[in-house]
Amino acid sequence: MQKNLKWKATVILLTTLVCLYGIVGLPKSVDELQANWKKNIRLGLDLRGGSLLILQVKLQDAFKAEAALQIERLKEQLAAQSIAYAAIDSTEPASLAEADKIEIHVKGVPVDKTQAFRALVTEQLPSWVLTPVNSTDYRLTIKPSEAQALKKDTVERSMHTIENRINGLGLAEASVQQRGGADTEAEILVSMPGLDDPARVKSILQTAALLELYEVKEGPFAKREDALAKFGGVLPLGTKLLPSMSRTAEQGEGWFVVSRTPVITGRDLRDARPAQDEFGKWETSFVLSQDAKGRFGAFTEKNIGNRLAIALDGQIRTAPTIQSRIDDSGRITGASSQDDAKDLALLLKSGSLPAGIEYLQEQTVGPSLGADSIRQGLIAGLVGLVLVIAIMFIYYAASGLNATVALILNAVILIGALAYLQAVLTLPGIAGIILLIGMAVDSNVLIFERIREELRAGKATLAAIDTGFNKAWWTIVDTHVATIVSCAFLFMFGTPAVRGFAVTLTIGLVANVFTSVFVSRTLFQFEMSRQASAPRLSIGI
Amino acid sequence: MQIFHNLNIDFIGKQKIFFAVSFVLLAVGVSSWVAKGGLKYGIDFTGGVNVNVKFTSAPPVDKIRAAISARIPGEISVQEVSGENEVIIGTGLRGEAELNAARGIMAETLSETFGADKSKLDLNNASAQALADRLRDPLQRAAAGLNDDQIKQLAEAILGFKNSPPRSGVLTSLDQLKGVEGVTPKVLDVVKQECGLGQFSIRSAEVIGPKIGAELRNKAILATLYALGGMLVYLAFRFEFSYGLAAVVAVFHDVIITLGLFSLFDKEISLNVVAALLTLVGYSMNDTIVVFDRIRETLSVSRKDAFVKVVNDSINQTMSRTVLTSGLTFISALSLLIFGGQVLNGFAFALVVGILVGTYSSIFVASPILIWYRQWRESGQKRAAKAA
Repeated sequence: MQKNLKWKATVILLTTLVCLYGIVGLPKSVDELQANWKKNIRLGLDLRGGSLLILQVKLQDAFKAEAALQIERLKEQLAAQSIAYAAIDSTEPASLAEADKIEIHVKGVPVDKTQAFRALVTEQLPSWVLTPVNSTDYRLTIKPSEAQALKKDTVERSMHTIENRINGLGLAEASVQQRGGADTEAEILVSMPGLDDPARVKSILQTAALLELYEVKEGPFAKREDALAKFGGVLPLGTKLLPSMSRTAEQGEGWFVVSRTPVITGRDLRDARPAQDEFGKWETSFVLSQDAKGRFGAFTEKNIGNRLAIALDGQIRTAPTIQSRIDDSGRITGASSQDDAKDLALLLKSGSLPAGIEYLQEQTVGPSLGADSIRQGLIAGLVGLVLVIAIMFIYYAASGLNATVALILNAVILIGALAYLQAVLTLPGIAGIILLIGMAVDSNVLIFERIREELRAGKATLAAIDTGFNKAWWTIVDTHVATIVSCAFLFMFGTPAVRGFAVTLTIGLVANVFTSVFVSRTLFQFEMSRQASAPRLSIGI
Repeated sequence: MQIFHNLNIDFIGKQKIFFAVSFVLLAVGVSSWVAKGGLKYGIDFTGGVNVNVKFTSAPPVDKIRAAISARIPGEISVQEVSGENEVIIGTGLRGEAELNAARGIMAETLSETFGADKSKLDLNNASAQALADRLRDPLQRAAAGLNDDQIKQLAEAILGFKNSPPRSGVLTSLDQLKGVEGVTPKVLDVVKQECGLGQFSIRSAEVIGPKIGAELRNKAILATLYALGGMLVYLAFRFEFSYGLAAVVAVFHDVIITLGLFSLFDKEISLNVVAALLTLVGYSMNDTIVVFDRIRETLSVSRKDAFVKVVNDSINQTMSRTVLTSGLTFISALSLLIFGGQVLNGFAFALVVGILVGTYSSIFVASPILIWYRQWRESGQKRAAKAA
């Protein structure tokens, strides 16, 4: 008995020490203790403040772009092989679900060219399936495997770009994850602890940031119609119309006719940074990659005196006149502030998004609300704890101490486990701990009531304790399993706050089996072993 | 000390009374539910915007509503948080893009209507980065002798002070900053010259698109049903099918009554509330299991007593502990409801109500159902035997 007790006490003591070490480490001062606590107990966004965003990649954009690219290629090849056609266009999928149902329609291919047309499509567009609609018209659909690959690639590239942008903002603890199971799922979860300016981040993440430098053919025009009128309603081959951003509208510039293909795109950039011009105005300067240098140099040399349009996401930011040959750098003027110039530099460096994104959810908690929540949780917890302990002492007399020790050890193990598992403590998690205070002593009550019953039935104290624990054991297991089963289903929601609650409650209940049965029983045994003969138990009867 | 001494009440004999009580509770809840055209779901499930704003003094609710309604179409709700100078501004049920725009417009309108002087930085709504950027040049001009890192630290200290209780996000006067580390009279002068104080601070913002809302709604219903199913299976495995069925019906009864009371008290069902309900599904089961455990134990010892008597004795014997365990958990939940703050209000309410209803049903509902089911099955067997 005595030896047995030593062994049990060692287990309990070791568990306690290991948990305490996990929570506060080996502090040498009060400051260090606080610092270790802060380091080991990871607070969720709802307690420390920060932003959580769920965004959806508009995969349909990527499919539209892919179809447009294939149509260009097809037109080129058809022209090269002199196969005539009446029209080629594609459907415009409006939603994510319809994205991979995109179709390219080819109309009016002469019957005698059928063979040649089929051969060309098979060779040039291997990822598309050709279906004849009638003798001259055809429908092209994307192969399922290719659609899958395109989705995956688009999501991956979007995540990569978003990650780059977030890192560029200096949000060290931010994380970017895919939401949902399949790797083609188009939802991305971005969590940014400590962020206090979500509006700016949202706009940065959402910008497609497609930089293109075009040769200006004609312009500016005040209105779109003016530009078209100049060319008799039809734009010359190889050109397109682009609007300029409202910011430059004060300069009286509206629409430009530019070359269809850009000279330089965002991919050709090596670096971009905010800078100030000679008047102290903010702008963003960029440096081109080795590969783009030669192309840009040759182009600018040829076009001295002409204008160059610098467009971001299809809108012209500036259209400066080329003064001399430029090899490797340029600047985008018109930033409204240093932040603005900085953000643009970041966007250019992090690359463009392959498809548009849409925000499905934003959850932002300011640091003041988090601090209040912690304080309120602490008060609620302490009040609950004191009341519960008081009732246990009143009802079970000295055995209330047994329950109190078990309860406090339960909390220590729970917090220690959270620290070791690096689980995140959320506000519902704190609620879980407070609820657990009430539920943890339930097990003690079950056992103590049993012991009392046995004592009343006239059993000796030692036997009553043993029977009490043995009989209550399966009841405790059943009740705990029932609650843990419910908690398990909370995981289905996947939201961090609710998961935090489920994890906290589950760990707490598992720890409770240990403290209310093993620890509590050991404490009773210890008490009994101190009384020489016919030991008595103070349990309120 | 003992709550009940040798209790001997004929619970099963009085089951009609309890049946009536349950019926009334269910009827009241469900009719309020029907009368109000369904439960009141929070934006977690419907999609919408909620912005929590703290004001320096009592919030001018009508002015807020008027200013925001003028710029966002549809219904705007401005709900006061009792006891705090706080409001929750909300709007719901639109597309993702519109909701995001609405959230932006709300912030903009607030800062135009209640913000600081345009030429100054609104300290009550500034980020640490913005504050540091704003102070950098003026501090250098004032020769305060601070480098970039120190300025950043200063900005963080100022906002840290502003965000900690009892300020909780809003300063009423810049002179409050006097005690903050690093705020010398010279620094304070610069802060006063560069920053102003708006009458409000945005404490949290939530935008949930209808897509996510619908997804969560489905998951909430499924999670509750799965949890009930899981429990039925576990109890059928540990006890018998009849025990599992009775316990699950009792718990289902608790969930419906709790939801009914949510409707009656006009409280919103949020994701946290569903979490509380699922916890209740487990917790309410606990007391039922304690009673059932005793029934099983007594049955195995004395086989000659009638089932009804065994059940009745078991309820009486476990009464003290049922009341005590529920009472202790109830105290924890009540303390959470009273002191736990605004965010957890719905959660704590569900627990408080649910624990009461759950305890009641464990004692008065689960056991009669167990008896009914057994009697119904036995009579079925007898009929089958006769037919054969």
